[in-house]
Amino acid sequence: MTGRVNVFYVRVNVELTASRCFNTLSVTGSAICLLNIEITLALCVCCVPRERCIFLFFFIKLKKSIFWNLRRLFYGPLLLTHHQPVMFGKVFSTYNPATGEKICDVQEADKADVDKAVQAARSAFSLGSVWRKMDASERGRLLFKLADLVERDSAYLATLESLDTGKPFLSSFFVDLQGTIKTFRYFAGWADKIHGSTIPTDGEYFTLTRHEPIGVCGQIVPWNFPLVMTAWKLGPALSCGNTVVLKPAEQTPLTCLYIGALIKEAGFPPGVVNILPGYGPTAGAAIASHMGIDKVAFTGSTEVGKLIQEAAGKSNLKRVTLELGGKSPNIIFADADFELAVEQAHQGVFFNSGQCCTAGSRIFVEEPIYEEFVRRSVERARRRTVGNPFDPTTEQGPQVSAEQQSRVLELIQSGITEGAKLECGGKAPPSKGFFVEPTVFSDVQDHMRIAKEEIFGPVQQIMKFKTIEEVIERANNTEYGLAAAVFTTDLNKAMTVSAALQAGTVWINCYNALSCQCPFGGFKMSGNGRELGEIGLKEYTEVKTITMKMSGKKS
Amino acid sequence: VWLVTLEKKKVNVKPCVACQCVSFSLQIFINNEWHDAVNKKTFPTINPATGEVICHVAEGDKADVEKAVKAAKDAFKLGSPWRRMDASDRGLLLSRLADCIERDAAYLAELETLDNGKPYAVSYSVDVPMVVKCLRYYAGWADKWEGKTIPIDGDYFCYTRHEPIGVCGQIIPWNFPLLMQAWKLGPALATGNTVVMKVAEQTPLTALYVASLIKEVGFPAGVVNIVPGMGPSAGAAIASHMDVDKVAFTGSTEVGHLIMKASSTSNLKKVTLELGGKSPNIILSDADMEEAVEQSHFALFFNQGQCCCAGSRTYVQESIYDEFVERSVERAKKRIVGDPFNFNTEQGPQVDEEQFQKILGYISSGKREGAKLMCGGGPAADRGYFIQPTIFGDVKDDMTIAREEIFGPVMQILKFKSLDEVIERANDSKYGLAAAVFTKNIDKAHYISNGLRAGTVWINCYDVFGVQAPFGGYKASGIGRELGEYGLDNYTEVKTVTIKVPQKNS
Repeated sequence: MTGRVNVFYVRVNVELTASRCFNTLSVTGSAICLLNIEITLALCVCCVPRERCIFLFFFIKLKKSIFWNLRRLFYGPLLLTHHQPVMFGKVFSTYNPATGEKICDVQEADKADVDKAVQAARSAFSLGSVWRKMDASERGRLLFKLADLVERDSAYLATLESLDTGKPFLSSFFVDLQGTIKTFRYFAGWADKIHGSTIPTDGEYFTLTRHEPIGVCGQIVPWNFPLVMTAWKLGPALSCGNTVVLKPAEQTPLTCLYIGALIKEAGFPPGVVNILPGYGPTAGAAIASHMGIDKVAFTGSTEVGKLIQEAAGKSNLKRVTLELGGKSPNIIFADADFELAVEQAHQGVFFNSGQCCTAGSRIFVEEPIYEEFVRRSVERARRRTVGNPFDPTTEQGPQVSAEQQSRVLELIQSGITEGAKLECGGKAPPSKGFFVEPTVFSDVQDHMRIAKEEIFGPVQQIMKFKTIEEVIERANNTEYGLAAAVFTTDLNKAMTVSAALQAGTVWINCYNALSCQCPFGGFKMSGNGRELGEIGLKEYTEVKTITMKMSGKKS
Repeated sequence: VWLVTLEKKKVNVKPCVACQCVSFSLQIFINNEWHDAVNKKTFPTINPATGEVICHVAEGDKADVEKAVKAAKDAFKLGSPWRRMDASDRGLLLSRLADCIERDAAYLAELETLDNGKPYAVSYSVDVPMVVKCLRYYAGWADKWEGKTIPIDGDYFCYTRHEPIGVCGQIIPWNFPLLMQAWKLGPALATGNTVVMKVAEQTPLTALYVASLIKEVGFPAGVVNIVPGMGPSAGAAIASHMDVDKVAFTGSTEVGHLIMKASSTSNLKKVTLELGGKSPNIILSDADMEEAVEQSHFALFFNQGQCCCAGSRTYVQESIYDEFVERSVERAKKRIVGDPFNFNTEQGPQVDEEQFQKILGYISSGKREGAKLMCGGGPAADRGYFIQPTIFGDVKDDMTIAREEIFGPVMQILKFKSLDEVIERANDSKYGLAAAVFTKNIDKAHYISNGLRAGTVWINCYDVFGVQAPFGGYKASGIGRELGEYGLDNYTEVKTVTIKVPQKNS
């Protein structure tokens, strides 16, 4: 992986011309490597306004054999940790979910590799090490540099992300990459702003606090947003001065490994970040139960979250933060802006092929507008273009794996069996790859499996409600509490519902409006702790109280 | 961009060489454009190492301030690109500005030395890196300056927004032209204000070059406007302008009074001031002598003594007084004064003739009032504004040199016996900017640092400036704090928004 920087050359020229009504953005990217593979992208995009991109014109030219070529490129063992060679030659394959074909083999880390990585992270964290002695502002500088490098290589990273996860390239480029860059920059800024306090303690004492890094942090990231989740984890951990042992998901290890190369290029000291691709039950479990790891942060399913917490409890009581599943309610009142509500509710659940922990998968619609809302939602879902992620008109790519695809199809079947009304979709299209049709269920009852379990696929459940008290009660009646939304133009309803919902994030007249400045995390079984924002730093610091005896105290 | 290698600059700078190096516009910077002064006037800026003119710069007056304020006000209008910009993008612009300054560090350092007289080695390794760090620090704050939601009584929902104040007038001094510009621009721009800045007439060059970088990185027009000019004309126009919402001034206490007065007779604009000092530096008998002598020397003589926080009252405990004076004199005599472009030079010229004369006046007063001149005491060269490193021993608290800010390379050493005595004497000043104490004893360190009435106290160190740590004065040394998170307060209006709700729940 280390050599990848040398053999790959990615150039992106962005030209931004602002005109009165909209911005015209033209991007030319080219990636050239020693194997003479050439990717040329030319896209002209009009954005009105910036946050809601409508692509008016888009042109992409890919050499026919691109997938084959990239596959060839990735053949052969990739180094798996940032600085350490692997101990065993074991490998696993990562697949292109759009075709089901293998992209390449990646070295598979196991317990012994985790041991090595922890040792590296421990020594990078020892008192007097380069990392511990470094100015906080310099840590920030390194993170900022990392952001610049990600920005430089964004066309390449977006391509890789789409190849490995199946998400549309445009989405990778404009959402995932932007989110990654912004997160690194945001936490870069925090590094020298993590303040302790001096405290007016009683008695003849002087008290102050130091916010110190926790130590070696195990981080286990999921496959739905491999790059963004890597940034959410690395950003605060490094900003606070920790060292990291990170396991990317086995479905999507590629971009994370590339980030490893950029971390080295940016100049982080050896051992500060260690990346180990591997499986949950082996490498993941080794991290969660390791005696030399001081903290573990996990994003993934609630089921695995429980295992992580258990492993922490059984081993060294390492600190645990968890970002887990959700079954987020999205409440639409009759007075809402109807167009906006239909579109946002659609995006709220279908974005990223439904593979979002925040997916608005229980849509509660007020009785008077219920029929019309269902009709329009179905219409919208039918228009959703599903296909090749590298086709610029594609809104939805495949699910990440065959396993996820069959899980989603099984839950759809349960919906039909339990009596929900299938309005559209419901099947896998005949093409190869792990695709699922955009699916809408109406007349969903709260007790049905599709209304209770996290589907993690393009399946929209629409329910009916009458009163505000009723919908609050029903929305909260779940083991999850990650996100929620309410659509209304009535200020009182917005305030009442947003205060009453048991969820870590509530969106009012918008959905999935995530940004790195705002904390994100779950109530109840959706998680422990918060990521992003200033609060996100708390999860990566130990507070040390220092009290000094002092004679003659003065105010 | 005109870059010089370090080697080239070992020779004396001649005015003709200097003119060649000034390859950017020397006009007034308004709306990202360059303008002559309305009245077409210019003023010369001098190389203090030779006393010769470097070049002429457009001289802003009331009419130019008027133009600049209008531009800044327009840039601050609701719906303007600057007001609608994401906070993180404001941060990114500041960060890019820091990158450009870093890119052009050698050139800026050279220009700073040429215009101000400080040694090039210092400009390059102290001033410019601190500028870069300051801008990067505030770049990071842009999207982290958070309001609160507040659990007020009753069925209400309450939150605060931290909004920019509006058009900020900023008047900066000549002792650290680049750095003071960064201290002012960083927090003002991070919080989303627009700026009308007047740079000191002694040292306008680097600020104008930075203006060209501000344009280069893409700040919207009118966000930063820079008007070189004189205090009584351009400065006064800013301080009394009805459309300037806030004024920040760094300079003398005397002018600080005028600024505050102008604010009160015009529109009660917010005022922050960083003014003079007469900072005590207390050396206890248990201190590391070697370290204390060197740090006390640095505390006073750094930047030719032209620091508002200069440790200009060195209180030394009786038992080590004689040895301390002896070693301080030895150190001062070793201080190398000369061509600021020579790498060995520790001390360059004072900034201008006026300062030069003023300092010589203070030295005479010291002698007249009975202090013991231990070394130095006169000009150090036959041209340029160089002054010998000067030390007075046996200084008494009531002497002029122990009470007034000299702003030159003149060190006063005073004797004390007990801790309580020295705290009392150290605090007996109208100033309260900085202070230091040298001791190994943990109790004494805290006892003194808590007892001193000063905005900054250094323990076993001096002049340690981290952009993360606030800086500002007690008493007549100023109002408000710059740097750190506290520095953002001075550029923020807090808006409390309260919403009636049907029913409150925790």
